[in-house]
This record gives sequence, structure tokens and C-alpha cells, in this order.
Amino acid sequence: MTTTTGATTTTGAFGTARTRVEGREKVTGAARYAGDIPLPDLAHGWMVLSTVARGRISAVETEPVLAMPGVLAVIHHENAPRVNLDYMGMIGKPDPILGVFQNDRVPFMGWPVALVLAERPEQAREAAEALVVRYDQEPHDIAFTSGHPDAYTPADSPFGPAVATKGDVEAELAASTFVVDSEYTTPEEHHNPMEPHAATAHWDGGRLEVFDSNQGSTMVAAELAQIFSLDAESVRVRSEHVGGGFGSKTTRPHQVAAAMAATILQRPVRVVMTRRQMFSTIGYRSPTVQRVRLGADESGRLRALDHRSECVTSTVHEFIERSATVGRVMYDADAHYTSDRVVRLDVPTPTFMRAPGEAPGSFALECAMDELAEKSGIDPVELRVRNEPDRGPVSGLPFSSRNLVACYEEGARRFGWADRDPRPGVRREGRWLLGTGMAAASFHSGAGPSTAAVTAEADGTFTVRINAADIGTGARTAINLVAADGLAVDPERVRVVMADSDLGPAMLAGGSMGTRSWAWAVAIAVSELRERLALGGDIPPEGITARSDTTEAIGALANKERHSFGAQFAEVAVDVTSGEVRVRRMLGIFAAGRIVNPLTARNQLVGGMIWGISMALHEEAVRDRASGGLVAPDLAGYHFAANADVPLVEADWVDDPDPDDPVGIKGVGEVGIVGAAAAIANAVWHATGVRHRNLPIRPDRVLSAGTNVPEPGHAG
Amino acid sequence: MKEFGYQRVLDVSEAVSVLGADPDARFLGGGTNLVDLMKTGVERPGRLVDVRELPLDHVEVTPDGGLRIGATVTNSDLAAHPEVRRRYPALAQAVLAGASGQLRNMATVGGNLLQRTRCGYFTDVAGPCNKRLPGSGCPAIEGEHHNHAILGASAHCVATHPSDMGVALAAFDAVVRYETTDGPGELPLADFYLPVGDTPHLETALPSGALITGITLPPAPVAAHSRYRKVRERASYAFAIGSIAAALDVRDGTVHEVRLALGAVASRPWRALTAERALTGGPATAEAFAAAADAELAAAEALPHNGYKVPLMRNLVVALLTELTEEAAR
Amino acid sequence: MAPSTSSVITLTINGEKHTLPVDHRTTLLDALREQLDLTGTKKGCDQGQCGACTVLLDGRRAVSCLQLAVAAEGREVTTIEGVAEGDELHPVQQAFLDLDGYQCGYCTPGQICSALAVLEEHAAGWPSAATADVRPEAGPPPLSPDEIRERMSGNLCRCGAYVSIVQAVARAAEARTAGTEEALA
Repeated sequence: MTTTTGATTTTGAFGTARTRVEGREKVTGAARYAGDIPLPDLAHGWMVLSTVARGRISAVETEPVLAMPGVLAVIHHENAPRVNLDYMGMIGKPDPILGVFQNDRVPFMGWPVALVLAERPEQAREAAEALVVRYDQEPHDIAFTSGHPDAYTPADSPFGPAVATKGDVEAELAASTFVVDSEYTTPEEHHNPMEPHAATAHWDGGRLEVFDSNQGSTMVAAELAQIFSLDAESVRVRSEHVGGGFGSKTTRPHQVAAAMAATILQRPVRVVMTRRQMFSTIGYRSPTVQRVRLGADESGRLRALDHRSECVTSTVHEFIERSATVGRVMYDADAHYTSDRVVRLDVPTPTFMRAPGEAPGSFALECAMDELAEKSGIDPVELRVRNEPDRGPVSGLPFSSRNLVACYEEGARRFGWADRDPRPGVRREGRWLLGTGMAAASFHSGAGPSTAAVTAEADGTFTVRINAADIGTGARTAINLVAADGLAVDPERVRVVMADSDLGPAMLAGGSMGTRSWAWAVAIAVSELRERLALGGDIPPEGITARSDTTEAIGALANKERHSFGAQFAEVAVDVTSGEVRVRRMLGIFAAGRIVNPLTARNQLVGGMIWGISMALHEEAVRDRASGGLVAPDLAGYHFAANADVPLVEADWVDDPDPDDPVGIKGVGEVGIVGAAAAIANAVWHATGVRHRNLPIRPDRVLSAGTNVPEPGHAG
Repeated sequence: MKEFGYQRVLDVSEAVSVLGADPDARFLGGGTNLVDLMKTGVERPGRLVDVRELPLDHVEVTPDGGLRIGATVTNSDLAAHPEVRRRYPALAQAVLAGASGQLRNMATVGGNLLQRTRCGYFTDVAGPCNKRLPGSGCPAIEGEHHNHAILGASAHCVATHPSDMGVALAAFDAVVRYETTDGPGELPLADFYLPVGDTPHLETALPSGALITGITLPPAPVAAHSRYRKVRERASYAFAIGSIAAALDVRDGTVHEVRLALGAVASRPWRALTAERALTGGPATAEAFAAAADAELAAAEALPHNGYKVPLMRNLVVALLTELTEEAAR
Repeated sequence: MAPSTSSVITLTINGEKHTLPVDHRTTLLDALREQLDLTGTKKGCDQGQCGACTVLLDGRRAVSCLQLAVAAEGREVTTIEGVAEGDELHPVQQAFLDLDGYQCGYCTPGQICSALAVLEEHAAGWPSAATADVRPEAGPPPLSPDEIRERMSGNLCRCGAYVSIVQAVARAAEARTAGTEEALA
């Protein structure tokens, strides 16, 4: 095997805009998602979730339900087969929610307590609604507040230490000319991919086969094998088309329940989550309370960066929303203190959600930087430029590439930043106050080991096989382009076969690492194939196949700070009569490595920025203290941006080459949301003169906070 | 959703007799609210009587210059109708501000009046709610209520009525026409919705088994100068947190006639008669508009998290009446 | 006597008649997906809150999740599978493909069906909530980006492809106008 790269050979495929290879299927409705696969004799499973937030199940009254028309079985903790959760998966230890129906404990509202199986979905639904489950209820605590007495510092993890320090923050703060000390909060946020989680499971020739909606079939197949104590080869998971994931489409209770039911019934079973069920079973982003203290000298150079965040997790599993880590990359300071603490409550376990850590963390840090700019009278862009580090501010490691200043410059130029009047509250258009704001963005760029196979077919075409997942990122098209580029052939001659665990292990679509990881493996296999083809000779009927495995190459990568960066700019209008905030335009300029497909990459970056609009203005799940559950957990109660909320949002990029990086791709999935909410919040301050430190910036909050508009005559 | 019978009816008398014979039956119009509530388990009818094909799908100008609107006219057809847009533009705007294009194509005028509250506790069948399960309690009062009522609520229920259309209808003195097995009847919209009191589950004064056959809008020249504004937590496809329908006739700087109705503040579209009385005959100035709004909102009782609705509604009254005044001056 | 809880109905879908038994609880969405294998119409929320299940009913857009199948008897249903003419994509589909008006593709069939209706509604002179003056004297509003945004707001896209969706609808509208002018010339 070789660890040289094939990606440095360019034929023009890499970097040219291409429409999606599966585009025609998507616009004609031919693309089949997990819930669309027809199987003969299919039974339908409907999950029943707990209606108390803490306690024990005292009875599951199955008898009346089993007598209902079409009902086949009710699986619950008294009759479910035992499963194994003692394993380490691709993203860590399993959340105990995967151990469906294993015991009588209810750790939160919406915990799966039963699965009702019936011939038709209407019958399953009615039976699930009719199933009486009795509980011995216990008092619950779901109230997340700043400085919760039970908050603790978690152990360090592969994602980084919980606490990172450098120098003496208190001393530097005391010596600073300008000090910002503010608390920011972000609410509980939910992924809500448009396609609900769905799995269709059946046994075929002694193998468990699952048609699933997930971000990585390698991960799901391996976990299902562990959970049901099967040989790895006995499980096959496919996910040809996936209707969005954003971190939520990992191994989840629906696959386990479907596989368990298919085993019991010995017939195919489909389990589709309802939208409401998704609010307690697929993870979410923890709410955060973050205190940021910044100290700067006369010139705006940071002496102290102190960022302390608290988040929640469940009582059964620990997941940390690492909001405080973003400062470890962003800004130089003489002293750093960053910490993420967590409190266990009777709530579902949070999980990775688009730009985990960076999204809420950048809101706090980038708003604090704007407050520092205000205090010091230094332009927000200039302030950031002055605090650019030349090495990792805490790690001391070199950056693989860091072209953030170029992003600031290009963004400021295109946005018209130079003409900005820094004073807040002085631009009015009828009932609207106008303002602009900016923020910086970064997201870790990594790669996960992957295998790939590339075949030169006898008919002159090529087939790429890799267990990648296209959750809307354009991965299928990107892989096609990377292969075509390396092979120096027209992309039309390359076929990509993916999203099937039988193709061999590969990285999941997550952490902005998917395309980078897969492209790496494909590029190596392509390079190897070209060497073999260069030897000449006829291609046999079965073709010539080259394989790759990037495990070694990734392990050999030099230890550096590897990140995508970006600069976000936003203009908002705030209605002083209603408190409504409208984003008028947004521009994001990113340094995100080599861009494989400008068409889909731009779409992804813009999509991330639109998530930033939603995060800034709309998204918030409200938990009821009395019941412990969410109020109105549906798409009318949980708002994210509709089309009318989104103006012309533009994303572009600067050159971001890294000569040492064999692939050069950094990933564009998450960096687009980072800083976007802060840019909007900073623009709201610029419009109204009032800081909004609690998301979302709802009309009632804006109205209640009022404005700080200079009196006419004093406005200058 | 439990199993149910289904029957399509083609004339009004058949509709009311079928419903009258089965206490477990409900009328089905566009289904945009009823079918949703059946899915969440709030409604569990044993039979649906589909009234969508009744010959009640016309909008007619009455001889006196008002409008007769059939109950099965879709929201879309109502909003697109030239006479609605000409004579009652705020009604067209209100309808267009509601839901989405898809839902407006399905939803009917009759169904819109009867839609249930969007209070999150009402739709959660696992928890208490006095409107859904009388006597079980109102968790919103101690819980999440930032979009709940500030006017006319009670200690038993603080839910709001979600209709946009109803707000404009309230401003224009709409009369609801209905049919029962005993024959036709009428209810002014002002009397259509019952006070909340200790019976929040009883929502309308419609006689049992009655079918709404339509709405009559009396002639109102002032309505030609009307406007609807809706405030919500995203720019479209969301329920109001506050809305207003206003019509204004200003002559020589004096309010000759004014109509005002407020939405998302009460269990019904809230006709602001106190404000109207305060304004009529007085100056058309921002100060007068604000004073009138304050007079109307003096009765407001805010909970800990919905007090913003008082200044919100005040601002909307001032802003919309000011806009209409400026428009009249042009 | 308890009423019958199912019926045999005939639906006209994409011009073809289908006779099928339906449980009265079955929505048009579930009948399409589970009984007729027309899975192009997607279920995003099943509550009328996302628009993924949008189809055309008698030429008008509707959410099929809140439409009972039994109540759709006798009406013409157009789903995403019936939009293209054989292998030739409809200009709206082509615009979505060319301008990348999607990401994951799950809301796309609903977006496209909705866009088809938006073009018809606009051509019929219907105003929208984005229309400054709804009075008929004001004339029909031009199909500006703001008009498209408002009219397409009943179709949520979590990936956030709205910018290219608006561009795709605008391009399809231009193609349609050009086509109409050509026909008139």
C-alpha cells in the first residue's frame, strides 16, 4: 500500500461545479429513503414512550392491545430479549437508550417503553396510543440553571480536556485596560432532519439486513452486531439516501427496536419515528450557560481569555457540549482558562449537533469579542486581526493552515464593512432599526480511517466502492469528482457505490470529516489503480481493482492545529414596534481547504449560515418543569427558519492550501454555522444599542429589552 | 387514531340529520385541524361527516354591499376573491397571513372559526388541560405561557384562539350562519365564542349539532381602508404572538369611524370596542391612538412571561392606525 | 349500528385510476406510500407543519398528511412521480437540479409540487402575505424573490437550501413567462 496522494493530479474535475449525481432521482421522487423500501410481508412497529420523567414501569397492560385488529405483538421490558451494551462504538460508549426495553427504569420523559407491532401502520399507531403503561412515578429535576449545585467537571476525553489553562487569568484580568464579563445562554436545540429516523429490518439468509437512515453504516452495523451479539459479517446496513442527519442519525433506538422485532416476528419490520418522538429519542444540543471574561490592553491585545460553560446531560449517559473549546483555537492571550462542566438531570442525553461545541461556544465568545470592540473603541474586524495567533494559543502547535485574516479582508471588502458607522442605534428606516455585525468561525478538521476500492471495468468505466453516506452534503458527487480527477477521466465514466456496510469500514458523515476521510481513501486507491493500469495490458472481464486503507496514513499525519476558518457578516433590521428581527443579508467567507465541488460546498456553507439564523432567532425547545417533558415538541412549536426568514445569504472562500496535507480537503459541513448567530446578535446590538445575550432573540425579548437609541441631536 | 365511519354528504339538511343521529360524529371540512387533532389523540370521533362538497363554496356580494361567504369556501379562494380584496382588504391579508399556501387551499371558512387552540398543553394528551379534560388543571399558568392570553382569560385556561381570519371578521361585525335540524340560525361573531370562565372546554355558542353554513359581512365602507398585521416568531408559517385588524375613516384629522380587533391575546378574536369608542370623534393622532390602546388594554392581566403583549398590542394599534391615517392623507 | 370503518375508493393519480380499499384513518400520504408504492411523496411531520408531503389536488397544492384518502375520492391527485414528461424533466425540476435547490432531497418532492402551484397561483393573480397592496386595483404583484420566499414558506428545508430554492423557482418562472410570450408571439 502506498500513502502517496492521488489528489494532487488535477484534470479539472476537482474544483468544478457539478450537479449532484443523484439529482435526477431526487427531483423525480425516485430516490428511496429508509422508510420507502418495499418488502413483502412488512410489519409496522410503533414506539411507545414514557409519559413520566422519572420512575419505574409498574405494569404494561398488553392484553387489550393484543386483541386489537392487526396487532401482532407488544415488546416491552418483561418480554424483550436481552441485549449487550458493553462495547466501545465508533463515537464512544453506547447511550443506554439503545438498550431498548431492558428494564423498568424510566430516566426521562419520552424514554422508549414498548414497541407495538401490527400489520398496518394505522393499526400500530392506534394500538400504541391505546397501550396503558403504569408507572411508579418519582420526583424529577429538569431545571438547568447557572451554577447548578450538582455541576461537575467531566473527565478528559478524546475530544479534548474539560479544562485547559495557560498563565494566570485572574492576574491578567486585573492588569487589563478593558474587561468584558458577560453571561450568555443558549437553549435546548433539536436537529430535526426533514426525514424522520426510519429503519426497515429483516433476516435474509442468516444475516440481519437493515435499510436505515444514518450517517454511517459502518458504525451502525458494528453496533447492531455488538448489541445483538452477532458476528460482524452477519449484519448488513444500507442507507442509500439519507434525509439529513446533523449529528442525530447515529445508532438510535429505532434500528435496535426494528432488528429486535424482525427477530421475534421472523418477518420484515419497519420502525419510523414520529416527529414528536424524535424530540426525546435522537439526542439534541444541550442548553448552555456560558460566562466569558476577556481582558485586553490599551491596543486591544488580549491578556486574558476566560470562558466557562455549563451544559446538561442525562442521568444515564454523559455527553458534553464542549462550548468553551473554541477559544483555545481562536485567539492569542497571555492567559487562558476554558472549561466545560456538566450537570446530570432527568432529561434525554444530548448528542452531537451541527458544530457541537463551536456553535454555542462561538456565540458566547464572538459576542464577547464584539463587546470588547465596543469597550475599546476598536473595530471588531481589526480587534480580531490584532489577536490572531501564529501557533495554537494553548497547544503551541503550528496551524496546518490559517487563512482567517484573508477571510476578514475579503469579507469586509465585499460586505462594505469599511463604510460602517460603529455607533449603535443610529440607523432608522421607518419602524426598522438597522445594524451590521460580524464574527469569526472555526471548526476542527479531521479524518477517520476508511477503506475504498476502485475498479477499472472492462468497458472503460470505473467503479468506486466506499461505505460513505450522503446525508445531503453532496458526498456522492464529491467522491465521483475526486475519483475522476485522479483517474483523469470524465466524471460520467465513474460510478460510485456507497452507503452499504458490506463495502468495508469507512468513516461516518460527521464532524466535517466525511468527505475528507473518503476522498483520502479514494485518492489512494485511484493512485494505486493508475500505477497498475500504467503497466499496460488488457482489462479482464472482472476488471482490475485497487484497494486502500487510510488507517496508517492518518496515524502518520503530523500533530498540528487543523481547522477550517471563516468570517461571518450580517445585516439585520429590528422592528421597534414588534421586536421582530429580520436578517437582511449575510456573507460568509471561509478558509476551508480545497473545495471539491463549489456548487454543493457553497450550498452547505450557506445552509450552515441559515442554521445560524435559526439559532439566533428561532430555535428553542421549552421544557415544562412540572411534567419534565417538552412543550409542543413538533414543527409548529419548535421553529427553525422558513423560506421567508432567509434573505440572500452568500458564502465564498479564499485559497487555503496546505502543502503538507495529502488531501487538502477540510470539510465545510459545520463551519458555516459557527459564529453566524453571534454575527446576527452583534448586528442586533448595532441596530438597537442593546445586547441580547440569551438565544433565541425572540420578539418578546427584544420588545422587553427596548432600545438604547441616542436622542435626536445627540446622534451626531 | 381510532377507527371511524365516514360519510360524504351533498346537502345541508342531510349533513345536520346525520350528525344529529350520532353524538360521536364530527363534521369534516378541510381537515387541517381536525385530522391533526385526531392524530395527536385530542379528538376521537366515531364518525366523520364530510361536508366539503356541500354547495356552500360561494362568495356573493349582498344587495346592500356586504358579503355572504359560504362555509366551505377555502381560505385561498376567500383571500383571492376580488370583492374580498376590494371591500375588506384586511380580511384577505389576515387569511394570507395564516398557515401556508397548501393549508389555505384545504382549510375552509367554517373550519377556521372552529379551530382549536395551539396551546402545547392542549395537544399533549399525556398531561392535564382544562380545555381538553375539564377539571384536570391548567399547566400553562405555572408553565410555558409566553404566547398565552392577556385578555378575557381565567384561572382555568389562558389559551388563545389561533385564527387570523377571525380577527378581521371580528372587526367587521361578521355574523355566523348555521343550520340545525330545527332550521337555520344566526350568531353575531361577538356572541359566537363563549367566555372562558370555568368552562374552557365549551368554546362556542353554536347549538349542539349545528353546521356552520356561512358568514355574512354587513356592508362597511370603512373596511375598504383596512389593514391586517401579524407578529410572529418567524417570518411566515407560524401562529401569531400578536395581530391586529384595523379600519379607519379619517375626515379632516378627526376619526369618523374606526374598527379594531386584536388577535393572539384572548380565547377569541378580541374586538377592541373600548378603544374604538375612545377614538371615535377624536383626533387621529398617535397620542390619541396610544391612549385608546391603553384604555382597551387596561383590562389586561399578564402572567409572568406574556406581559410583553401589552406594549406589543399598544404599539401595533398606534403603528397600524398611523399608517392608515397617513394613507388617507395621500 | 357501528359504521363501516373502511371503504373501497377510486383515486385518480397522475392521470391513472387506482381502486383500493382504505382504512378511513389512512391519509392520502399513507395510501400513496404504503398501498400504491408511490414513495416520492415524503412524510416529514405528519401534522401539516412541514410541507414535505405536498401534492396537487385538482391542480392545487395540499398537504397529503392531513388529507384523508377516503375524502380524496373523485379528485385528481398529482404527485412528484407525475411531474416529468417521460424522461424529460419539468422546467421546475430541471431548475432545482441545475441550481442545487436541495441538499438531502427529502423535502424536494414537496418543494417542487409547491413550486408548480406557486407559478399557477401567481399566474392567476393571487396575492400573498408579501404583497404590499392586496386590492385588485393594485394589479398582480411581480414574482419577486420576497414573493417567492413567502409563497414557498409552507415547505420547510432543514438543510437550509432556501437560497437556491428561490433561485430555482425564479428561473422556472422566467422560463414559463418566456414560454408564454413565445406562444403569444
